Amino acid sequence: MSEALYQSIVLESSRNPQHAGRPAVFNAEGRSENRMCGDIISIFRGADGWRHEAQGCAILAASAELMCIAATGKTAAEISMLSWMFEKLVNTGEVNPELGDLNALASIAQYPSRLRCATLPWSALGNAIAGDAENG
Amino acid sequence: MSLTTLPMDVHAIRQDFPILSQKVHGKPFVFLDSGASAQKPKQVIEAMRFVMEEQYANVHRGLHYMSEKASDAYENVRDKVAELLNAGSREEIVFTRNATESINLVAYTWGRTALNPGDVVAVSEMEHHANLVPWQMLRDAHGTELRIIKITDSGELDWDSLEQVFADGKVKLLALTHMSNVLGSYTPVERLAKFAHAHGAKILLDGSQAIVHRAVDVRAIDADFYVFSGHKLYGPTGIGVLYAKAEILDAMPPFLGGGDMIASVSYQKSTWAKPPHRFEAGTPAIIETIGLGAAIDYVRAIGFDAIAEHEQQLTEHALATLNQVEGLRILGSAQDRGGVISFVMKDAHAHDIATLLDRQGIAVRAGHHCAEPLMGRLGVSSTARATFGLYTLPEEIDALASGLERVRKIFA
Repeated sequence: MSEALYQSIVLESSRNPQHAGRPAVFNAEGRSENRMCGDIISIFRGADGWRHEAQGCAILAASAELMCIAATGKTAAEISMLSWMFEKLVNTGEVNPELGDLNALASIAQYPSRLRCATLPWSALGNAIAGDAENG
Repeated sequence: MSLTTLPMDVHAIRQDFPILSQKVHGKPFVFLDSGASAQKPKQVIEAMRFVMEEQYANVHRGLHYMSEKASDAYENVRDKVAELLNAGSREEIVFTRNATESINLVAYTWGRTALNPGDVVAVSEMEHHANLVPWQMLRDAHGTELRIIKITDSGELDWDSLEQVFADGKVKLLALTHMSNVLGSYTPVERLAKFAHAHGAKILLDGSQAIVHRAVDVRAIDADFYVFSGHKLYGPTGIGVLYAKAEILDAMPPFLGGGDMIASVSYQKSTWAKPPHRFEAGTPAIIETIGLGAAIDYVRAIGFDAIAEHEQQLTEHALATLNQVEGLRILGSAQDRGGVISFVMKDAHAHDIATLLDRQGIAVRAGHHCAEPLMGRLGVSSTARATFGLYTLPEEIDALASGLERVRKIFA
């Protein structure tokens, strides 16, 4: 389907995110931006898990939301594995049962110019975890 | 809109552009991104093929048949550009890579010699980065000041702001777009040139967008510098133009040093060739220049009266049609505007719009259009932009409007 990327789970995650907004208190923070298109994303680890603040397109917002759901409660090593699997998913388009709802973004593989929109939140999350390790 | 009312035979013109018959994602290719770079007619492609297959050698050097043929063809394009712009002489036409390089050339050579530290360069809020960053670099290297002239909410130059910027008499260069690549507004260039000259300043015009749609007469405008890129004018990439008045070019030192730009060279010292060769160091873009010549022949054969009228009709049709799409907002409402239309939509980000349109075969641009400060001024982070060329049909604008309806429904 030609508009496969914009299926309901992606639209719903971008429109009604449950993990959006900077928490009042957080103990890890990461940021990433794409200067080419103006997308900016910040990721925070608050009391109830990972949250995001995204400024950009629907794909960025949906990817951030689905990532925060998937990453919450996971260790740094588990997140690193998720991130690796997600990278593979969006580059190959091959669904991976271990990625759950993140598979909604599999069809980004057919939209190479939009790949960075989906991976930007993961860069920010990586930065948050790297900063956390440095401080820790 | 009835096709019979179009000022030229757009269907016949489209036959000249091989790429337009392609399908994209299984749909007819609707190309609304000519403002970024235009498609090429077969006349341009053929001229470039011809020079490579039948007339190629380096220019200005060889004392042999092929070099003479290539040199003639190359230099002949200088005459074509001079005619296109109604320049006073062919020596006022300098070949560069693109409009960006032309502006950098002026900033680097004229800017560092004719301007003194403390002198002011004034640009507007709606400049492409190409007409902003070189002046920031000059400021940082040479101590000039950079001032920004405001635009109104409708996307026109704010005359009060212009007068304020000029009030202390320090402005020595007014560097402005002739047509905004985001808002499509034309600037009143004759009036601006008169204003700048009355205040002791020179005027540089970035004609990258305007040259495609209107006849440009640098002498009627009284422009000191005028720049454009070949690739937006249906020519190839890698060739651009700097026009400057002869007396200004004469006084300018070279930009790049090397072959072709010298009068004499010894180990101790070199002297410079006269303009325009002083500014064309090294082997130039011979093939691309000849391609630009073919592009100029092509547009002049159609005629700028017809091209301008076609653009005006398309623009009016687009404004009327797109304004009917619910939740869509067109940026700018200048009186004098042309075939560059930026818009935003409620709930749909520009990149999502562009991706969804692409899947319907429709190419638009999305992003900040190399005008980040203007995005800030307009209060948006990015826009979607449709731009028209001489091959654009009203039906393609209708296809855009239907495509946008579809986007609206997806995001509703």
